[in-house]
Amino acid sequence: MPNRTNNKVILRLIVAVFGMFGFGFALVPLYNVLCDVTGLNGKTAGQYEVTGTLEADQSRFITVQFTTSNNAEMPWEFHPKEAMIKVRPGEINEVFFVAKNPTEHRMKAQAVPSLSPSAAVEFFNKTECFCFTQQALEPGESIDMPLRFFVARDIPEKISKLTLSYTLFSLPEVAAN
Amino acid sequence: MSAVLETHNHDHHGPAKGLMRWVFTTNHKDIGTLYLWFSFTMFLVGGCMAMVIRAELFQPGLQIVRPEFFNQMTTMHGLIMVFGAVMPAFVGLANWLVPMMIGAPDMALPRLNNLSFWILPFAFLLLLSTLFMEGGAPNFGWTFYAPLSTTYAPKTVTFFIFGVHIMGASSIMGAINIIATILNLRAPGMTLMKMPLFVWTWLITAYLLIAVMPVLAGVVTMMLMDIHFGTSFFSAAGGGDPVLFQHVFWFFGHPEVYIMILPAFGVVSQIIPTFSRKRLFGYTSMVYATASIAFLSFIVWAHHMFTVGMPLAGELFFMYATMLIAVPTGVKVFNWVTTMFRGSLSFETPMLFAVSFVVLFTIGGFSGLMLAIAPADFQYHDTYFVVAHFHYVLVPGAIFGIMGAVYYWLPKWCGNMYNETLGKVHFWLSFIGMNLAFFPMHFVGLAGMPRRIPDYALQFADFNRISSVGAFMFGATQLLFLYIVINTIRSGKPATAQVWEGTDGLEWTIPSPAPYHTFTTPPEVK
Repeated sequence: MPNRTNNKVILRLIVAVFGMFGFGFALVPLYNVLCDVTGLNGKTAGQYEVTGTLEADQSRFITVQFTTSNNAEMPWEFHPKEAMIKVRPGEINEVFFVAKNPTEHRMKAQAVPSLSPSAAVEFFNKTECFCFTQQALEPGESIDMPLRFFVARDIPEKISKLTLSYTLFSLPEVAAN
Repeated sequence: MSAVLETHNHDHHGPAKGLMRWVFTTNHKDIGTLYLWFSFTMFLVGGCMAMVIRAELFQPGLQIVRPEFFNQMTTMHGLIMVFGAVMPAFVGLANWLVPMMIGAPDMALPRLNNLSFWILPFAFLLLLSTLFMEGGAPNFGWTFYAPLSTTYAPKTVTFFIFGVHIMGASSIMGAINIIATILNLRAPGMTLMKMPLFVWTWLITAYLLIAVMPVLAGVVTMMLMDIHFGTSFFSAAGGGDPVLFQHVFWFFGHPEVYIMILPAFGVVSQIIPTFSRKRLFGYTSMVYATASIAFLSFIVWAHHMFTVGMPLAGELFFMYATMLIAVPTGVKVFNWVTTMFRGSLSFETPMLFAVSFVVLFTIGGFSGLMLAIAPADFQYHDTYFVVAHFHYVLVPGAIFGIMGAVYYWLPKWCGNMYNETLGKVHFWLSFIGMNLAFFPMHFVGLAGMPRRIPDYALQFADFNRISSVGAFMFGATQLLFLYIVINTIRSGKPATAQVWEGTDGLEWTIPSPAPYHTFTTPPEVK
């Protein structure tokens, strides 16, 4: 019986099995890279460093809407101070979001952003955002959280309205207390 | 390997006596039998769960079970039928038939074969035991989408995860064994393009298993880490993404549906030529069509998730790629029909199952094409139309394929002929019951009835009642199947070696019942 060819086939198949197990995990970074490159899922990028000076495009306005929602079982109050602003491309704007912890215990939270339409993601730059860090609030405490951003000047003409939504998640380790 | 060689020296070596024969056996026929009985047991268990579901849906409102338990039933029904009934049944058929069809004395790795069967009952004990635990069984659907299966899962999800790990390991070992057997143990002269189509479809299926079962193991491992070790693969709060779960799951899940249907294609390609008394039309194109289906199955997964908010380019790509699968599938249906064309047909039970397979699987294929149309899918998504579609490909597809195979080869396995009249009664009751159960689901689905709900709007009541009656009929009929099989083994009329008039293939050259050891000297294939 062809023992040697048997072992060769089996060895190759076992390597393939482990390779595919690894490939399953490799899909995670692949997916994230794909989303970063294409802006799918409305995933906005991290902190943007402004280099040089920005010049506002005085010829048009972009409407930016802000919406917020709480993930299930997240008791915080969370809303934008202004629901909608008009901005000029290339001009840095600052808006605030209000969060309040109405519970009896200290809680930590993380806001996760999503921008729509996803074609606009690469033109939306945040120079500062509360979503870059976790927020911790004492019982009854409330804070105003800043978001500083600008819309790049080369955003296509056909995009005139953006919607930025934040979902607030409670961080489980702390919520369990 | 050497253990198998030794047994060649004494021809009278039969099976060991008693229960331990089955625990320690390395014989491919014994293990095939074990797989088939295990699969039938799981088929009845999963079937009972389907009966609970249909009983609850018999009329609107909540009558029999609580919604939480209903969710456990839909989840467990899906998991058990997919991983416990259909997949082990095909592995059982492969164990029995592949060595006999290619003229090999046994599987290439007999001990691994024993292990891959015997870990399976433990996987399902783990899974089924959750029904009796606090928090109940998994209730998040057989597709176990995160975060339902992570953040909001019952505590028993860990048992589910380990169960999936074990059944995945079993499938992978089985697949390695089958590939090694087919590549290395073919009789002299049995070239790849002379292999029976059942062997071809299983070779391709085994490669699919090797490619995607590890991905399934990976995705449940990620769930395990999210639940117990604080990672955030699928939790948005920690920087992960629940949509990623769906991508990884369906990267496994779509090839998985072909794992469940390709061996049935093989079975039907064996049965139809026999009862048409003609050679299979287009053997070579059948092989290439199967291989193309397998290849395409890797690039269509996101058609299960058209509604998650993919960009237009993605929707279009997955839509066209999915529709492309209709081409090789159409080639196969064409070949089956052409094989029957102007043949001297006779309609024994296996042929009835095979012909209804061709007709009903094609209906399931067409509803699949409807679902592939991305803009239309927004209406069909998560409705009973989807339930109707995949039950049309799995019940008259995979299950009828398995039943046809059992009727076709049972005389060879046990040496006795089944009762033809009872076989036909079993077929017609199954056929009518199955169509009554699943055809109305198309209508309620198109009218907007969502899947996985224990209660529904009044206007769906009539169709649901018909579905339930059909399901009870189909379910009860399978007890007749059990009776027929037991009756055949115990007291059927002796079968000839050839069994059927028009058979062709090595398995029909050996006596019926097949001796415990066959082809200890390889046959010469011309």
